[in-house]
Amino acid sequence: MHRVVVTGVGVISALGKNTAGFWESLVAGTSAIREIKSVDVSQIRFKNAAEIRNYVPEEHLEPKDIPFMDRFAQFAVISAREAIADAGVEWTPDLRENTAVITGSCLGGRGTEETGYWELFHNNKNRVHPLTIPLSMSNAGASHICMQFGIEGPAYTISTACASSAHAIGQAFWMVRSGAAPMAIAGGSEAPFFLGGLKAWEALRVISKDTCRPFSAERSGMVLGEGAAMLVLEPLETALARGARPLVEIVGFGMSADAGHITQPVATGPSRAMNLALRDARLAPEQIGYINAHGTATEANDRIETAAIRSTFGKHAEKLAVSSTKSMHGHALGAAGALEAVASIRSLERGILPPTANFLTADPACDLDIIPNQARKASVEACLSNSFAFGGLNAVLAFKAIP
Amino acid sequence: MPNQTIQDRVLKVIATSKRLPLESVREDSSFESLGIDSLDRLNILFDLESEFDIEINDEEAKDIKNIHEMVEGITHLVQAKTPSSSAE
Repeated sequence: MHRVVVTGVGVISALGKNTAGFWESLVAGTSAIREIKSVDVSQIRFKNAAEIRNYVPEEHLEPKDIPFMDRFAQFAVISAREAIADAGVEWTPDLRENTAVITGSCLGGRGTEETGYWELFHNNKNRVHPLTIPLSMSNAGASHICMQFGIEGPAYTISTACASSAHAIGQAFWMVRSGAAPMAIAGGSEAPFFLGGLKAWEALRVISKDTCRPFSAERSGMVLGEGAAMLVLEPLETALARGARPLVEIVGFGMSADAGHITQPVATGPSRAMNLALRDARLAPEQIGYINAHGTATEANDRIETAAIRSTFGKHAEKLAVSSTKSMHGHALGAAGALEAVASIRSLERGILPPTANFLTADPACDLDIIPNQARKASVEACLSNSFAFGGLNAVLAFKAIP
Repeated sequence: MPNQTIQDRVLKVIATSKRLPLESVREDSSFESLGIDSLDRLNILFDLESEFDIEINDEEAKDIKNIHEMVEGITHLVQAKTPSSSAE
């Protein structure tokens, strides 16, 4: 069993096209939620989301590669490249042959699929573009990362809705810890802005027409986001031997299924996932100083998550700082867990906890210390990052600061 | 010179699809020399169908070895679509 550290992170999000921009916006408490520009929203009841503005693929990717990648796969490659550069990975044939790539995505390239189906159903065309399948398959992100960097080890994609990338990072962590892979690139990517997808969310009546106000009495639902984040994981001893700079240690992963309802959460499943992550990490609840909450700002999630945290931590819940960064980067579905893992990692590294933005007034049903609106300086020993998916599938990651 | 026109249009479709300079795509270029792989061929067939409003049969498409044969095949399909040359 190896101790596993994160040696590199990469992000592309509405808050910034790299990790530095993402983190600066989080610390400033800036929300990237604005009116949607990439889709005509005149016929949609909600208008706001966290979109990556002024995204020009040619600024990030070789022109010859762009037609072969849906937007979600482009984001995956861009964030993986930053993470690999950040870690200063020195590739050897052996390392390339054995490194794992595990990505999460809820929708994959469904935006590309819609373009094809639009031609069939709307324009009465009798054919769709020949790249519809290779662009839309959910593993395209992982495949393109492998192709771009010549990585030939175990590679696959996990799709567990809003917990996809937390599950992906957890699996990668366990593979590196057990020695099954000497290194892993793990995270998630999502590009959910296309008409049919937005209509489907509209029909579920969980999207705010306002903004994302997690744990606030005025909360009115979630707000979608897009982007990607990737981590480089490797054994502590390998990182130190090659002179790499460990950012944090990844120490625990817990999973559970509610086995209750396809959309309504209950507190027991999330609580079990948090307890399992603590046990996997061999951490006492009192060692956790911060939780990056799932915090979607739906009526159900925030109340249930508060109850789950209270049931897991007991009296220590009073001393915990909890925030939902979805208030700023939106709910990026399959990329959410990875974006929030990066927020958690930076929090431990820099001793600053990002706030829950857009907060107005407290809800008695969500009575934790949720770091309203302003980032807080706090040196925290360890933290959790919560991801609870529709379908009741929960994934919790635990990170520990490097002393 | 309808053949000349069709050839020009085919070369342009290939250049656009593969993002190559138009002058580098010539009637005697091989697919290999242009770096056109099996997936690129699918893209080009798709774009040719749009350009000429034709349907290219899978089996016939497989036998096409070079641009010259491609132009011949397209010409044949375009002529089959309009048996008598219609008035401009």
